[in-house]
This record gives sequence, structure tokens and C-alpha cells, in this order.
Amino acid sequence: MSTGSARTGRSLLLLAPLLVFLFGFFVWPLFSMMSQAVSDPAVLRLLPRSAEVLPDWDRQSPPTMPMQTALMEDLKTVDDDQALGDMVRRLNSARSGFRTLMSKTMSALDDTTNPPTDLVSIDKRWEKPEFWRAIAGALSPYTDRNLLAAVDLGRNAAGEIEHLSADQSVNRVILIRTFWIAALVTFACACIGYPYAIIAASLDGWKRDVMLAAVLLPLWTSLLVRTAAWFILLQDQGLINDFLRATGLIEAPLRLIFNRTGVIIAMTHVLLPFMVLPIYSVLITIPRNLMPAAASLGAHPLRAFLRVLLPLSLRGVASGGLLVFISAIGYYITPALIGGPGDQMISSIIAFYATGSANWGMAGALGVVLLVATLLLYSVYARLSAEEPGRR
Amino acid sequence: MAIKLGKLVFAVLAILFLVAPLIAILPLAFTSSVILTYPIPSWSLRWFEELFTADAWRRAIINSLIIGTGTTLLATVLGTAASLGLRNRLIFFRGSIRTLFLLPMVVPAVVLGVGMQVLLARFGLANSYAGVIIAHTVVAVPFVVVSITGALAGIDERVERAAESLGASPATVFRRVTLPLAMPGVLSGAVLAFATSLDEVVLTLFVAGPNQRTLARQMFSSIRENISPAIAAAAFLFIAATLLVGFVVVLSRFMLRKRQQA
Repeated sequence: MSTGSARTGRSLLLLAPLLVFLFGFFVWPLFSMMSQAVSDPAVLRLLPRSAEVLPDWDRQSPPTMPMQTALMEDLKTVDDDQALGDMVRRLNSARSGFRTLMSKTMSALDDTTNPPTDLVSIDKRWEKPEFWRAIAGALSPYTDRNLLAAVDLGRNAAGEIEHLSADQSVNRVILIRTFWIAALVTFACACIGYPYAIIAASLDGWKRDVMLAAVLLPLWTSLLVRTAAWFILLQDQGLINDFLRATGLIEAPLRLIFNRTGVIIAMTHVLLPFMVLPIYSVLITIPRNLMPAAASLGAHPLRAFLRVLLPLSLRGVASGGLLVFISAIGYYITPALIGGPGDQMISSIIAFYATGSANWGMAGALGVVLLVATLLLYSVYARLSAEEPGRR
Repeated sequence: MAIKLGKLVFAVLAILFLVAPLIAILPLAFTSSVILTYPIPSWSLRWFEELFTADAWRRAIINSLIIGTGTTLLATVLGTAASLGLRNRLIFFRGSIRTLFLLPMVVPAVVLGVGMQVLLARFGLANSYAGVIIAHTVVAVPFVVVSITGALAGIDERVERAAESLGASPATVFRRVTLPLAMPGVLSGAVLAFATSLDEVVLTLFVAGPNQRTLARQMFSSIRENISPAIAAAAFLFIAATLLVGFVVVLSRFMLRKRQQA
């Protein structure tokens, strides 16, 4: 008993470093990304006094005197320009006009020789309840604004969820495009990969080795090298266009790069091994004499395939397809280098929000959407590949 | 007969699709022209010279070696220890722990990159070698764990128990029996960790500063901004290294099999 528990203790000690490492640098980053998506402290941090007064307001009537005093006190104590900018940006996104209103108000409050008595005397707009509603709505430390915006939803003035107007609805288009490109790539991989795996499994000796090596070599080669190779092949003066022109099939070069065609071709090439290998590993477990047996009983080859090989190998096709689809929806490099502006997938948009415009809230919210989709599909994949053949 | 011919044509075309792009890029590494197109006007080594002398490329190669080595060491040590711990079937949540170890392979790199950038900045590790090595280790660990648990599963536990019954301490059993038997798995895990680090772009985009530009990162921006045959030269080195590693792996397997037969 004591040796058993000593062994367990030792195993736990061995597991601990990697567990700690992954919790610190894998789980925690994902959680901090998710909390970026729902946290909204920009306004609350600067307006603590208003946060105490505003909940009592009915959100309809003109602002009361205590509300104005509290906000004036809050604004007078602000000394961090960066935080002020964050707050104004946040308020301006809820109600346009805040940018000018705030700069006017701040400079009026700085005027110590002739201090203003209330906000309405600085600007008439402070009489309007819309502006106060925007502040009241932004005072919660948590928000579902980013998550809703990630699927093109928003809250209207009454707080009900509704569709954003068409000119703001870009994310749903990109989500649909991401899934569509991933589906096309999965389909293309299945069309090439399934017959390829069947042929490879039916061969032996050096022929099988060549077919497997042809799959493994690209798999081992750097993704950037493969993308660069397709860049060279697909460009207007690339080998494919040169070849087609030399054979007289086309006059002017085909546009193959910076568009959807190029993205699909390059991604199919990159992900094809992930389709072939799972199917192949299922196929080699199927006894080889089944197809000849079906043929000897008089089955047409097509019928034998549909009734014997297809049902037995479907598990491999499903796990290969899921693997390709999961990888494809998260793709960034290939669409970024081979695609045009109309072929950017959700990863590119996340990267744009994070590095381009420093909008961590939106980057986090779209990241949550992508992460949830990926993990759901992966759990299906894990269940599928854990099931052993023949066990029900 | 027609089916057989169809199969042959399909197989040849598919192999061409898989391998031809990798072959097509190789001759362009030796072009003397500044543009990446065929036909090649004349042969020259100027782009390899550029690769090793131009400041941006040289620094990128050095950075890749530093970060790759750091990642390999960290991922192999953490992964080996954890794989040994996972052998114990009495551990609670063994399946969940295993899944956690594999998840970094599944989570989209951009998602992880966004979280990592925020977190490393909070730790003061943004734009540092340590930060990049940590990020690369997270995505390299699954490959190490898969490789080493595979090798450990192939070890006959009776051999270790025999050593134990003859009075060897756990440390001696590990050093003299388990580790030598698992060595092929540890080595291939280390190679995979290095390869992962070498090829990693997306996380690098998020966590590395201008001083930690790796070779893959430099290739990415070079394709994006001003593509030149230096890319083809870098690709040539990559493919040559891939073939070399593949050759070494095949050779060591062959030697191992021969040793076992002898």
C-alpha cells in the first residue's frame, strides 16, 4: 500500500511542472482573453461617484442636479489622459457626439476663474437623457456588447437584443465565409484524399511507400515554405499560367492568386495529409479479401464499394474530415498571404482587432466564438477516434 | 483494365499535386534574377549570400536557433516528466490531464496569441526571448507528449520490475532501463519540438518584438511585403533540412530494427 501511494506521489510530482506551466501559459491566457471580451471597466473606473447616483435615475426624465454634480466631480478628478481617451471612445461608440461634448466639457471644467455651476450651462446636450443613458449603460464592469457584436447583434435604447444595421453587420458575413471556405476545403480534401488512401492501402511494397512518402513530405515541410511555393506557382507569371499559355489553353493569364481559388488550392494542399492519414489507418485494418469476396458473389465493383468498403471506412473519413475542418476554420497564414481582402477568415479579423486597432474586447469576443466552435468540433472528433472499431 | 489505368493516372496526378510545389520552388533558390519567376536567366548563389549576410535574415536565423533550442529544452524536459507521470494508471483524471496536454494543438493559434499577448505583457515578458520561448513551448508540448507516451507504452514493464526486484533504486531503474528504452521517443519528441518552434508564425506575430524576429516570421513578412528569391533560398534550406531529418529518422529506425534482430 505504501509503495503504491509513494508511486502515486512520484507520478504527481512528475506531472506537476507541465500542469503548472500549462495552467499559467495556456489556460490562463485563454481565460484572460475571454474576460477581455466581457470586461468593460473604462467608464466605471473614472466615474465612481456617478456610479453611485445614476442607478436611482429612471432613465427617462431630464438629469437631476445630484447626477450633474457627481459627474462634474468625477470629471474634475480625472488626470489620466489615456484612461480619459478610453472612456470617451467607449461612450462615443454607444452614443455618437460624446467626443466633442466631452472635450468641450473638460475644457470648461478646467476654467477655474469662472467655474461652471452645472453641466447644462456648459452644453445644452447634457439636458438630453440619451447621453446619460449611454453613461448609465456603460457603468457596469461587465458587458455582453462585444459578444453580441461578434454575431452582429446589439442592444437598442430599451435594452432589447436586436440585429445591427446592415452597414455594421460584417462579422456574420465573415463567420459564414470562414465556415464556407472550411467546408469547401474539407470537400476538396475528401475528393482527393479518400481515393488516394484507398489506392495506397490496396498497394504494397515500394508503391505504397512512395504514396505515403508523398503525403508525409509536405506534412513535414514548413507551412511557410508550402505557402511560398504556392505563391510562386499561382502568380500571374507563375508556372501554372506559363504552362496553360504554352499549351494554348488560355490567352491571358488566369487570376489565381489573391482570390478564393488560390486560397482553396493552397489550403487543400496543406491540409490533405490530415485527411489521407486517418482514412489510411482505418483502411489497413479492413481485411483485404472482403472486396474480392463481394466480387466473387457477383457484386458490381461500385456496389461492392458502396456496401462493403464505404461503411467500413466511414469512420476514417469522418475523423479526417473533422480534423481538416477544425484546422481550416482557425487558419490565418494561408488566407493572409494567398487570399485577397474578400477571402480573410475569422482569424484575420481577430488579428486585425488585436494588433491593428487594439480593440481587445472585440478580438476577445470573436476569439470566444472561434474557440467554442473549435472545442465543440474537437469533442466530436475525440469521441469518434476513441471509439474502437467493432465495439458498440 | 480501365479502372487500373484510372487509378494510376489519379495516383500520379495526386502525388504531383502534393510534391510538385515543393520541387518547383527549389531551382529558384539559385536564380540570379531579382524576381521569382521562370525561366531562370542564369545560375547564382547570390540569394544564399543574401540570406547569411543581410542583417534582417542573419538575425532571424540566429533568433530561430536561440528560440528553437530554448523551446526544445523546455518542452522536452516538461514533456518527458509529464509522460512518465501519465504512466501511472492510479492518477485521478488521467484522461482529462492527457486531453489538457494535447489541447494546445487544437486551439487556434490566433486565439491563443491574443490571450498570450495580454498575459505576457502583464508579466513583463512581452517582446522578450523568454516570452517567445514560453509561447512556442505551449504549442510544442503536445508533440513531445504524444511521441514519448507512445515510446513508453511500448516498454515491457516486467523489465523494469525485474530491475527493481534485483535491488535497483527507482532513480537507477529510470536511468539505466526506462530512459534508454524510451530514448527514440524522447529524441523524436525533441526534433518535433524544434520543428514546431522553427515553423511557428502566428504566436510569434503576437508575442515577439522586432528583436525576436524568427526566420519563419521574417519569411512571412517577406512574402507579404517584398517577395524576393531569398524566400526560395530559405525554402531550399528548410526542405533540405526536412529531407535530412527524415533520412536520419528512417536510418535510425532501420538500425534499431537490425539491432533488435541481431
